[in-house]
Order: sequence, then structure tokens, then C-alpha cells
Amino acid sequence: MTVAEKKAGFEQSMARLEEIVKLLERGDAPLEDAMKLFEEGTKLAEACDALLNEAEKKVVALSKGPDGAPVERDFDDGE
Amino acid sequence: MSDRIYTVGELTREIKDLLDGQPALQQVYVRGELSNYKVYPSGHHYFTLKDEEATLKAVMFRREASRLHFRPESGMKAIALGRITVYPRDGAYQLYVSELVPDGVGDLQLAYEQLKEKLRAEGLFDSAHKKPLPAYPERIAIVTSSAGAAVRDIIRVASKRWPLAKLILLPVRVQGAEAPAEIVSAIRYANRWSVADLIITGRGGGSIEDLWAFNDERVARAIYESELPVISAVGHEPDVTIADFVADLRAATPSNAAELAVPDWEEQRELLLSWRARMASALRTRLETSRHRLTKLRERRVLTEPGAYFADRRIALDHLGALLLSACQARLAKDRAALGARASALDAMSPLKVLARGYAIAEKEDGTILRRAAGAVPGERLKLSLADGRVNVRVEGE
Repeated sequence: MTVAEKKAGFEQSMARLEEIVKLLERGDAPLEDAMKLFEEGTKLAEACDALLNEAEKKVVALSKGPDGAPVERDFDDGE
Repeated sequence: MSDRIYTVGELTREIKDLLDGQPALQQVYVRGELSNYKVYPSGHHYFTLKDEEATLKAVMFRREASRLHFRPESGMKAIALGRITVYPRDGAYQLYVSELVPDGVGDLQLAYEQLKEKLRAEGLFDSAHKKPLPAYPERIAIVTSSAGAAVRDIIRVASKRWPLAKLILLPVRVQGAEAPAEIVSAIRYANRWSVADLIITGRGGGSIEDLWAFNDERVARAIYESELPVISAVGHEPDVTIADFVADLRAATPSNAAELAVPDWEEQRELLLSWRARMASALRTRLETSRHRLTKLRERRVLTEPGAYFADRRIALDHLGALLLSACQARLAKDRAALGARASALDAMSPLKVLARGYAIAEKEDGTILRRAAGAVPGERLKLSLADGRVNVRVEGE
């Protein structure tokens, strides 16, 4: 999984996690399903946690390249 | 002509009384250019209003000056409201200013209100058009000056709150005649190349003229047309520009825009922790429910007294067996009766019964049955079947 893919998954992961919490709290799933949900939720939570810890400040300035496409360069905001 | 000789003070007082007695001069608007503008340590402002023909000395005391909405500077055109009086020590009349507004702002204000009304009527401010903001933006385009405090505030707050987002600056001028076109083109560029999932555009505080680019119709329309959601962040809290009305979300300041744009890292982490705790406790509860059900099941008769369970089933089986037997017997009796009825019907149709009553069957030599007298040929031999046997006969005539 690339960083971009992982990040794209953060929102979905959080949404699924919230759903799992609600499903588990409803308590009407068969035990086997509940165990599976718990396992899935724990994995998602760990993945999200890992993403949060990967965070790294990144600031760029954009300019128009010769073909019109954006060109990035690091932007120093003086901090 | 009077030959009274005045002292300077007397004459000055006379002039002062004369001027002070003119109601028209006690509340007068004067338009002119500010010059020699000075703010004294006392907080009072001293300056001159001038035009091509004349100059007028003016003073604005600290109390009035504290209510200024802009920072007056020499060279600026302004309209002052005040009263004319004489300052005897200098022997000069001057304007005691109670209000000072930049000249032309009246026109700007009018243009602002007119544009606001026009765009509102067109539906550019409709809440139905406002786009939702991404919950976790990964890339944020910042359309502002690369030099101002605004960009630093946005970067500082956004990267502290949510360092997962990449911040992409599209540098533009945010004041001056070129600013609107640059802002418009940056917003469109960000959309065309999908450089981000959210745009913040704005600038730091300033005078109404400084903020004017964000009251430009072209900028308003570019924000309206943007596919990417736009947060406006212009000036300070009380400054509301046209861009603020048309943006998907209005931030009071650039820092506030960053707060609105991204979630808080700490909060998300705590949320994750609380979800994990809730999952664990829900699963624990679920396990206890299952354990409880198991206990309940164990207490049932089938498990506690399996013998009784089988006894019950055995009785049911016996009962069913008896039912099956009687059903079979009934069916057999019915079939037997049907068979008897058919056998006697068959018996009634038997040819032997007909022969027994004295009839005979005549058979030709070729084995066919003679059914009509016309079919018999004289001299022909026939075989007659009777109830107890056969006889051979010869046809003699008709």
C-alpha cells in the first residue's frame, strides 16, 4: 500500500470503525460475527493510529510549469 | 468704521464668537486631501486638509481618533466632519474633526452593497449551493500572498492541528488592481489540475481598500464556480467581504480558516482510543450475553434429564406408528371394495355367460365370426361354439 492509498483509506477506515463500534454496541450480532467485527475494528484502529503517527508537515508552493502543469517546490514559511 | 482699538485677544475673541455663532460651521463636512498628518504622543491627530485652492488646519482629538476605521495618511483623500473654530493662541481657525472617512469609500460601500444584492438575487449565496468540506483533507490549496501574515497563520495552525495534510500555496497578489484576476486564475487553476481537495483563500486585515479584491465580482464568481470547496478567510472578524458570502464556509480570520479546514490530531487520537475502548467493552458484554444464554440452555430438561426427553419422543413415535397403521388399514379396505365391484362388472360382460343362456357363436373357416345371415354361403362349413363345446355344421340354404 502506498502512502497515498493509506491516506485515502483514513476517512473510510474511520467511518467503518465508527460503524463497527455501533454494531458491536447494538449487541445483536451472532457471537462469531461480533468477534470478527472486533478483530476488523482493532486492525482498522491500529492502521489509523499508525497513519496519525506518520504525520509530517509538508508545505509546497505551486507554480505553473512550461506545459501548464503544476510544479511544486518547497515553501519555507520561516518556521 | 469704528475707531475702537482692539487688543489682539479681543479681536480674536470677536472673530471666534462670530464663527462659533454660525450654525452652518458647527457641523460641516469638508472634502480634501490629508497632508502633514501627525499623530502626537498625546493621541491627538494634527493635519491639514487641502485642495487646489486652499488649506484648512484640522485636529482630531484622541477620543474621536480612537474610533477611526482606517489609518489616515498624508496624501489620502478624505471627508471630515467637524466644527470650525478659532484657536486664539495661533490666531488661526481650524476644523475640530469628530469623524473622518476615506473619500471614495462611500462609492466603494455603495458598489459593495449593489454587488452583494445582485449576487444574492442570482443565488450565489444560496446555502443549497454550499459544498460540504472533506472531513480529512489530504491536500489544501492556499490562495493568498506568499509574503503576508495570513499564509504563515494558516500554515502554523493547519500543520499543528493536522500534520497529515499537505499544504499547497498558490501565491497571488491580494491587493491592487491585478489581485482579482490573479485570485480568479489561481482558483481556476487549482480546480483544473485538481491540486487539492479544499481551497482556502483570503488575506490578513487591512483597510476596506486593502480587502477590496475579495469584493470583486470576478473573484465571487470564481469561488461560486469552484468544484473544490472554498473557505474564505479575509481580514479580521468584523470584515465581511462578498467572497465570504459566496464561499462554502466563511472563516473569521486566516487562522480560523485552518481550524475549520482540518480536524484536530489530538481529538482524532482520543476518538480512536475511545472507539477501541467501546469495542472492547461491547465485545465483553456480548460474550457475557452468550455465556448467560449457554447457562440458560444447560438448565433445560433435555440436557438435565435426557431420559425424559427420549421418553417423550418415544410416546410420540408410538402414537405416530398407530396412526400410520390405521391409515394403511383403511386404505386397504377401500381398495379391496373397489376391486370386488370391478370384478363383478367384468363377470357380467363375459361371453361364456351369453352362451350359457343358449346362444351360439358361428365361426367361418377363415376364423371370422358370422354376424349376418347374408354372410353365409350354401355348402360352407361353420364352427359353432356352445356353452359346453363346439360342433361342425354345414350351411344348406338361406
